[in-house]
Amino acid sequence: MEFDFAEEQPKLLMLMYGLIAFVAVVGGLLLLLDAVPSWFARRREAQLVAASANGAPPIRRPKRGESGFAFFFMLPAVLLLLIGLVFPAIRTTLLSFMDGGSDNWVGLRNYTWMFSEDSIVRVLINTLVWVLLVPLLATTFGLLYAIMVDKARFESVAKSLIFMPMAISFVGAAIIWKFVYAYRGEGQEQIGLLNQIVVSFGGEPKQWLLDSPLNTLLLIVIMVWIQAGFAMVVLSAAIKAIPADIVEAARLDGVTPWQMFWQITMPSIRPALIVVVVTISIATLKVFDIVRTGTNGNYDTSVIANEMYNQSFRYGQNGQGSALAVFLFVLVIPLVIYQIRNLRQQREG
Amino acid sequence: MAVSARPRQALAVAGVLGLALGVAACGTGDDKKSDKAGSAECAGYSAYEGHDGKKVKIYSSIRDIEADRLDQSWKQFEDCTGIDIDHEGSGEFEAQLGVQVDGGNAPDIAFIPQPGLLKRFADSGKLKPAGADTKAMAEQNYSADWLKYSTVNGQFYGAPLGSNVKSFVWYSPKTFKEKGWTVPTTWDELIKLSDQIAASGTKPWCAGIESQDATGWPATDWIEDLMLRTQTPEVYDQWTTHGIPFNDPKVAEALDKAGTILKNEKYVNGGFGGVKSIATTSFQEAGTPITTGKCGLHRQASFYANQWPKGTKVAEDGDVFAFYFPAIDPAKGKPVLGGGEFVAAFADRPEVQAVQTYLASGEYANSRAKIGDWVSANKKLDLANVPNPVDKLSVQILLDQKTVFRFDGSDLMPAAVGAGTFWKGMVDWINGKDTATVLQGIESSWPK
Repeated sequence: MEFDFAEEQPKLLMLMYGLIAFVAVVGGLLLLLDAVPSWFARRREAQLVAASANGAPPIRRPKRGESGFAFFFMLPAVLLLLIGLVFPAIRTTLLSFMDGGSDNWVGLRNYTWMFSEDSIVRVLINTLVWVLLVPLLATTFGLLYAIMVDKARFESVAKSLIFMPMAISFVGAAIIWKFVYAYRGEGQEQIGLLNQIVVSFGGEPKQWLLDSPLNTLLLIVIMVWIQAGFAMVVLSAAIKAIPADIVEAARLDGVTPWQMFWQITMPSIRPALIVVVVTISIATLKVFDIVRTGTNGNYDTSVIANEMYNQSFRYGQNGQGSALAVFLFVLVIPLVIYQIRNLRQQREG
Repeated sequence: MAVSARPRQALAVAGVLGLALGVAACGTGDDKKSDKAGSAECAGYSAYEGHDGKKVKIYSSIRDIEADRLDQSWKQFEDCTGIDIDHEGSGEFEAQLGVQVDGGNAPDIAFIPQPGLLKRFADSGKLKPAGADTKAMAEQNYSADWLKYSTVNGQFYGAPLGSNVKSFVWYSPKTFKEKGWTVPTTWDELIKLSDQIAASGTKPWCAGIESQDATGWPATDWIEDLMLRTQTPEVYDQWTTHGIPFNDPKVAEALDKAGTILKNEKYVNGGFGGVKSIATTSFQEAGTPITTGKCGLHRQASFYANQWPKGTKVAEDGDVFAFYFPAIDPAKGKPVLGGGEFVAAFADRPEVQAVQTYLASGEYANSRAKIGDWVSANKKLDLANVPNPVDKLSVQILLDQKTVFRFDGSDLMPAAVGAGTFWKGMVDWINGKDTATVLQGIESSWPK
């Protein structure tokens, strides 16, 4: 189709309006941010000047001015949090105690459904498998790789190779791997890498994504492929941050590489390690794109986020969808608390 | 919108000029109406006039070429009445419609392909009942069989629009002629033909139910077609409304009958592999082995005509064509499974109702049919206006007196089943789960 300016005029107009609105809003905010603090500052200055002119000691009343100031800066974030997080969370929790059309209260029915319906129990088990395996595998691979390439000759190239998948979206990655797992009948030309390998070793092509639980593991491989890069980069930075004198001292004491790893490296990078594991765990709990693109939750591969979307938006079962969402929320909370506490300890310690 | 405003301004100028010159006034001409109104081609639209400059938003699952064709089909209506129809198609229609409606941002009109979904919106009071004019027009042009699908608790919510016939088996007339195979007209002949093709070393059937997030639906069509063939239409209705449980022995019988083809390693899956390859073969490419002679038969709806590789001639004497999926007991009539979308409205402004009425009219059906690739059960549809041979056959079947038409069952059931566990159940069933377990699973998921 040709690009016709007259035809596209309304869209272009909308685009222009959008840009103007963006500039107006963001510009206005920036201006405000600039004007308000300087107004506060000027007022304080005037007070100080007035006070010194009077000869009286300056009135020390920073609390009120500063808290108003702090409140002003917090306002946008608090508002966004209220609109985007707190309100939906409360509403979702309420909806989880209602029926599919959100008309009647049904008590805990959606929650008993969740733990009694075979297909949903399967979903919960799958999510558990994901959460156990992905952080473990991704962190292990990331750590091993970080240690192996540390101070190697082509370190930066080697690292970027592993880090590259991070740049690919989950959907893109899932599509790529779907081709790897693709199946064509026996005797036909295989378009899937995995089946081609199997066939060239004299095996029979297999429908990789059909058989549970292998299919879940194969999907997990995709996530590990993406997340290992993240783990590697963070851990590699942590390894490099280990003070050289500690390493040197250990060397002088004649440690074996094994001892070096467990006695020096591991304790030193422990905080980074925890951050990586927790971050990946949270990302894994929320995994949706890979499953939806890879198998659409068929063949017993569904996970909580995918099932939640299906129940709420496709089946019109708001109650059951919300119950799954609340459950997911409850699962994520301890990890977040652990993370925060850990960060706080680090800061204090 | 500026696009349509510009020509209309020009039209208005022309209209004023026309008046100034003292040209004989056109019809009910007033200066607000576009100048085309009153011309010969607009004569048929006088009933819909009086809404100049009004805008009607339509939301549907129809995209790309099909959407362009829609725009084209009501172009004249827009020009003559001055109503601006703004159509938006979405690939996530079913999910997004609910979000829009709940968010207080409902479209004026939605083309809803699932009576089950329509019922959900009607029950929650979100849909507006159709106006008297629309109802009269629909009753005039569509059979009661069709209208009952958009009638909820005695309220009529909108006329059908496009339709499709699902009880078709695609084949290659060319291959059939070469091999001396004949088109079967009974179930027994169909099975005999399957055996004959199997004996010749080709797998007779090919199928595929992969369809991204709708994976499984082609298999539900199979089951529905076999429900209509092994049971009476009344039992079918009980099944879709949960009058009988989903794991009733009658349903199991239909499933097992479908299994004699779909789960028969001797019969499937031509060009792709074994039974399990059905689950991962996309519905778009499932029938294509017919063109290369690797498969003989493919059961799929009339709209599959658009899926053949470029250059494939779809005609009775061409590369591929379809025959009616035969009945098991011809004495029970000619069961036909089909689908279609319904023009339901979330607003009852007069211009919205005018559009609803127009879309139910014979004029619209013929206008849309002429553009191609479209079937409707509209009684006013003239066969001569249907260019494509498969569509012609579909219209003939839909308007045939002997036809016992039933709507796609999965579209009638609550979405949790019809677009959820039924699809998933079929995937599991193809993937090796037994009939009883699958049916039990679907039954337990039926919303209470």
